[in-house]
Amino acid sequence: MSEPTLEFEDLKLAYMVRGTAREVLRGVSFAIQAGEAYGLVGESGCGKSTAAYAAIRSLPRNARVLSGAVRLAGRDVLSLKKNELRDLRANTVSMVYQDPSQALNPTIRVGPQLIESFTVMGVDKHEALKRSTAILHKVQIADPDVVMDRFPHQLSGGMQQRVVIAMALACDPKLLILDEPTTGLDVTVEAEVLDLIRNIRTEYGTSVLFISHNLSVVRSICDKVGVLYAGKLVEEGSAQNVFEHAVHPYTIGLLKCLPTHGLRKDAQRLSTIPGFLPSLGADLPTCVFVERCSFADETCTTEVPLWRSLGTSSVRCHHAEKVAGSPAENEIAGVSVEINRKIKPILELVNVSKSFHQGGQSFKAVQDVSLSLYAGETLGLVGESGSGKTTLAHTLLGLHAADAGGKILCDGKELLPGRRRRTLEQIRAIQIVFQNPDSALNRRRSVRKIITRTLRHLARVTPEEIESRLRSVIAAVRLTEGHLDMRPGQLSGGLKQRVAIARAYAGQPRVMVCDEPTSSLDVSVQAAILNLLADIQRESNTSYLFISHDLRVVRYLSDRIAVLYLGRIMEVGPAERVFDGPHHPYTEALLSAVTSTTGSTTSRIKLEGEIPSSMSPPSGCVFHTRCPRRLEGDICSTVEPPLMATPDGGVMRCHIPFEKLGGRV
Amino acid sequence: MARYVIRRLGLAVVTLFILSVVVFVVASVLPGSVGRAILGPFALQESVDQINKELGVNGSLYSQYFRWISHAIRGDFGDSYKFQGPVTDYLASAFWSSTKLAVLTLIIVVPIGILGGAIAALRKDQASDRIITVTGLSLAVTPEFAIGIVLILFFAVKLRWVPAGGSADGSIIQQFKVLILPAVTLSATLFGYIARMTRAGTIEALAADYTRTAELKGLSRSRVLGVHVLRNALLPTIAVLASQMSYLLGGLLVTETMFNYKGLGLLIANAANDRDIPMLMAAVFVVGTFAMIMTLIADVITAWLNPRIRFGSHV
Repeated sequence: MSEPTLEFEDLKLAYMVRGTAREVLRGVSFAIQAGEAYGLVGESGCGKSTAAYAAIRSLPRNARVLSGAVRLAGRDVLSLKKNELRDLRANTVSMVYQDPSQALNPTIRVGPQLIESFTVMGVDKHEALKRSTAILHKVQIADPDVVMDRFPHQLSGGMQQRVVIAMALACDPKLLILDEPTTGLDVTVEAEVLDLIRNIRTEYGTSVLFISHNLSVVRSICDKVGVLYAGKLVEEGSAQNVFEHAVHPYTIGLLKCLPTHGLRKDAQRLSTIPGFLPSLGADLPTCVFVERCSFADETCTTEVPLWRSLGTSSVRCHHAEKVAGSPAENEIAGVSVEINRKIKPILELVNVSKSFHQGGQSFKAVQDVSLSLYAGETLGLVGESGSGKTTLAHTLLGLHAADAGGKILCDGKELLPGRRRRTLEQIRAIQIVFQNPDSALNRRRSVRKIITRTLRHLARVTPEEIESRLRSVIAAVRLTEGHLDMRPGQLSGGLKQRVAIARAYAGQPRVMVCDEPTSSLDVSVQAAILNLLADIQRESNTSYLFISHDLRVVRYLSDRIAVLYLGRIMEVGPAERVFDGPHHPYTEALLSAVTSTTGSTTSRIKLEGEIPSSMSPPSGCVFHTRCPRRLEGDICSTVEPPLMATPDGGVMRCHIPFEKLGGRV
Repeated sequence: MARYVIRRLGLAVVTLFILSVVVFVVASVLPGSVGRAILGPFALQESVDQINKELGVNGSLYSQYFRWISHAIRGDFGDSYKFQGPVTDYLASAFWSSTKLAVLTLIIVVPIGILGGAIAALRKDQASDRIITVTGLSLAVTPEFAIGIVLILFFAVKLRWVPAGGSADGSIIQQFKVLILPAVTLSATLFGYIARMTRAGTIEALAADYTRTAELKGLSRSRVLGVHVLRNALLPTIAVLASQMSYLLGGLLVTETMFNYKGLGLLIANAANDRDIPMLMAAVFVVGTFAMIMTLIADVITAWLNPRIRFGSHV
């Protein structure tokens, strides 16, 4: 076999923290052959990004290589001289990382930034310009000249990522490193970027190192997968094998955390991986996963498991045979709860609109939205970014005032627009859990203070009762008394989100708005939080307005789904029907964009173009400019379809009759 | 870009109007009649009324303001009570002196401050960073007169290289000799601010993803720093510079007194002491106008460097 493009040889790497070395990579070995796509998966903190940056030696100042080697195209990366390293970066390897809006220099036009990638290789300016135009065509940007004249902030996220990829391709690299390239992008954009990466692979034959926490995305791109845990590879094999016949308990755990296959809260609780990732530099003399493994026994705590082959995969586990052969763990069934929709809804939105003004123009971020939410029910809110989900949530909370003409009713009483004009009781009734608990919680307050403040000021609990209420709240979110005196900074992401949920829940709200509550969490933590939300709902009959870009998460928790596009409701209906069909063409496109861990290659419905600006929404049906099922004639582009009632009690905004709408793809 | 500048200019005109009203009102509510202030307590009331009429301070406040502003726009700020000559002449000479001092100060401090800040950022937490940061901070909190006196004692009294003070007249070299000590004094004070802002801006830019992108393109260190880092790093520095400009031109009472330098600071202080209202109003108005122009220039440069301002944010 010829020489691999990238090879890690027992790399041990540590970060120096206050004089002590904390090991991040504890001996990582793997190789990527020419033209191969290798996926490195694992939860945050497992060292996957560190490995990626080690491959091009772009490490933080406090990183120290303890032993081992990294070879890229035959060269020892870690011992290169500075100019040799520059040369390698300019000609042989490229990298794309998570947030494209940060990866481009905001003060320089796209053109010069791209041209620079060519001139650094010694190409003259004129030629560089020609090649830049060509490469933008390659990444499917239709009018390169226009894009090159723009500043990065004038492009959408998807376009920005295309430009970054174009820059990466400039040197026709032997190796392309992609570090979470689609995280934070909409599903539709993610699907396009993934298509692009696939095309590039077929066309250029570039080797790829793909880092992602999203297992489905890795599955859809990679030939080979390595699972990293606490700085060690625990399993490696072909993507198909690892995902379908995982043999390491950690890999199996990761796969089972995902709410896949249309799983719902009333059918089954999500599996979680108990415990936490060992902290950086912790002393791990035996199996790295031993503390969280349900198969662990005497041997696991005394002997270091060796790296060995098992069938077509390699694994680092004493009991891999047993694990692989054992039947699925007992799945805990969920509890289904009947929702009474005959009584009055808890929350009713009637023709709610919200306009913003910018640069002398006014535009509607939310238009004529009518929704109802019943006791104990979860209403999922779905749509691409810019569809008005968050605006609607904030309007509901009174964080900004809705336009005149609409009505928001809570328990039958009208809520005034704007939080200041609502009574304490009304404020208490609707609470929110934000995406990022880091910025939602006051870092200077202890958990106890954060929760008691809500109890005292919002719930008006008497001082005598506070202690007992505090106990019941933390019990409800499965925190222990030991957590009470900690500050948010001392807690892990999942625990912080529990505190944020506790804060929202403490005042016994009728409705909790959950705005992407699990988006910044690892899958195993996400599963635990979703279970928790389902439990709280069942115990307290709280209603949720659940916003997430992850459709599988929405499906797991939601009873009904509302689909938003450009601030307008496209359809509302029971979760089952919205997901399985018949559904709106927009919903259909959203669903087909979701990549699945099963690797089924269904033909994806492509949405043409970008989401239009709400400043100038399209005429007729706002979705007609991108609709794959637009009707013959001009009805779609001239007449806005009314919201029609569907047989299941929902609504649908489409000219196509309900019966003829698409079903499950 | 043009639209942005025009909008800012419009705002500037409005601010100037408000400033003129404030200056005028403050000057008018100073106690005592102007005529009485000039003629003294023993003058006859008729003489006082007479002089008030001559000075145009006997009508309603509104008509007085209108009279003052309509002249001021044409560059006529009336006559100084004290010197009995046109305010504009005295003001122009003081303004010119101040400008010379300010320009020399900037020529010294801006490159050194930016360089110092950038070096500190590149060597963050190392010895050279500590030295630059601590020096800058110490100089910023040391009173100007302390720095000035040390400089005078050493360079003017002991070494006799330059005069201890005076006006900047004569040949360029002569002027430079007079200006250098006060300019160095002011540079010492300003160095800390500029270096600190540049340091913060540079550290932020160095840690940004786009800098990493530039490095991973294989660009040379100098290109990464010069093209990708510097532009972003200087944004906060420019804002600070603009705010320090009005201090340089009108807030230098201590330095100007110490070096007996006849700039705007001294002029304002004296006018206030002497109740020379036309002089005071004109000087404050001119300094305010200048501060506004500087802010405007800083905003335009910032917009030029930062397209997100120039084109508004993407919705």
